Amino acid sequence: MIIGLGHYLSVAAILFTLGIFGIFLNRKNIIVILMSIELILLSVNINLVAFSAFLGDIVGQVYALIVLTVAAAEAAIGLAILVAYFRNRGSIAVEDVNLMKG
Amino acid sequence: MIAAPTTGIIALLPEFVLAGGAMVLLMMGAFRGERSPAVTDVLSIILLVLAGVLVILLPAGKLVAFDGSFVVDDFARFLKILAILGSAAAILMSIDYDAREKQQRFEYSVLIVLSTLGMLMLISAADLIALYLGLELMSLPLYVVAASHRTSLRSTEAGLKYFVLGALSSGMLLYGASLVYGFTGTVSFAGIAKSAAESGPGLIFGLVFLFAGFCFKVSAVPFHMWTPDVYEGAPTPVTAFFAAAPKVAGIAMFVRAAVVAFPGITAQWQEIVAFVSIASMLLGSFAAIGQRNIKRLMAYSSIGHMGFALVGLAAGTSEGVQGVLVYMAIYVTMTLGTFAVILSMRRNGGMVESIDQLAGLARTHPTMAFLMAMLLFSMAGVPPLAGFFAKFYVFVAAIKAGLYVLAVIGVLASVVGAYYYLAIVKVMYFDEPAERFYRMANELKVVLGVCALFNILFCLYPALLVGVASAAAHSLF
Repeated sequence: MIIGLGHYLSVAAILFTLGIFGIFLNRKNIIVILMSIELILLSVNINLVAFSAFLGDIVGQVYALIVLTVAAAEAAIGLAILVAYFRNRGSIAVEDVNLMKG
Repeated sequence: MIAAPTTGIIALLPEFVLAGGAMVLLMMGAFRGERSPAVTDVLSIILLVLAGVLVILLPAGKLVAFDGSFVVDDFARFLKILAILGSAAAILMSIDYDAREKQQRFEYSVLIVLSTLGMLMLISAADLIALYLGLELMSLPLYVVAASHRTSLRSTEAGLKYFVLGALSSGMLLYGASLVYGFTGTVSFAGIAKSAAESGPGLIFGLVFLFAGFCFKVSAVPFHMWTPDVYEGAPTPVTAFFAAAPKVAGIAMFVRAAVVAFPGITAQWQEIVAFVSIASMLLGSFAAIGQRNIKRLMAYSSIGHMGFALVGLAAGTSEGVQGVLVYMAIYVTMTLGTFAVILSMRRNGGMVESIDQLAGLARTHPTMAFLMAMLLFSMAGVPPLAGFFAKFYVFVAAIKAGLYVLAVIGVLASVVGAYYYLAIVKVMYFDEPAERFYRMANELKVVLGVCALFNILFCLYPALLVGVASAAAHSLF
């Protein structure tokens, strides 16, 4: 079987969906949410690199590298905010993030 | 007719100044430690004003840099000035609050300068990579300033919620961007526009994800859930900042991407924008009625205002974009003025946020009550105040584009919205006076006075702003 563009796109779509569900259905803790966000960004990278190889165009790979860099910065800021939150709340359970309605 | 664009790195001069200046301020803050952070605030405002002046002084016409991915046209100039004004006013309004709450940190104004740099890049972005980089450079400092009150549970919770939902929305935007890239084979807006017409359903799929990300950033329904919580939890000057400048940049990227990159499939995105706009206007009007906290009320009010601004984009014409630009300029003045009043709601026990605390303001602080009432009437869209003209231009554009249903629902939503603005006026003028507030800080007086006067006097010479907005809108088409 030849693995074509469609297979890569399917894997990326599955990972993306898993990431979205990980954010909304997860009732345990916020670290899992951060992991889900990384999963979403990585699924995008699979998409970009697959399209880049398929189109024979280097821009997609450049885009993927930039996404990786920004994802690292984003994770750093997310963890920093999480630490500040934990110091005030003493818990990182998702159900405890409920001071304001919504 | 259109002159060939000038190419050159000079187009990025304001951005270079902001980036370099932010580094210098950061080093200065690090070496000076916690001593007199007000100096950093003042220097940041000077830096922003300098960048604004440079935006005006750039050579006229269309400037292009980095192989077309960075564009400075009249549209970008208009919105850049607006975003810079919003950020500078937000820093100005935070000085008194930070001093009283013992929250003086130099990082705060540096982060706002960096976020403004991201906004400028976003407003000029003309390909998907530049758009993503600008967006993240704008958003990352926003997450941090939302949580800047480190020992407050509400502030850190607001920061956390904003971060999680913000990261989710950039993920959706990126997924959309990757599909658009894959199905058109290019990331530049001009290239996408060329191959958009024959790209089929894959592109529409990407477009939907891309627009979902945009809707989140401008807090339009159905991606508005974060807005009330973040507005309520974040420190009040930060809320004032969130309500003004990032909205301008978000609308700028929405309009530029829709109009420049997808002109071939206007009919498809018009439907999405029209739906989002109707849902935002209705939710903004109805959900605000029950609110007792004025910051939460302003959150719903801003969701509604974004709905009205998107009416202009749904029209998809140059006139519609002109309406969006006029709306955003007036929206920024209304919001900043109102937040100047909210920031001065302070008594012995600290800040108060309930609407009932404004009771009898007309007797205790008559000038402040009058200016606030004018701003509220303007937000409700009562002629002859500026807010009426803002709504007038977007609705006229929608009617000329044949979107009658959208315009009718918009007018009805603004009538419902008027109820809760007028309810605040009633509390201020007819209820028994509550205790006096502390004296209003001078810089808040300046912001409130300028914003309220702009809204009152706009009707005397509307052509000034409308003319500039019209030229800016034409530069996109």
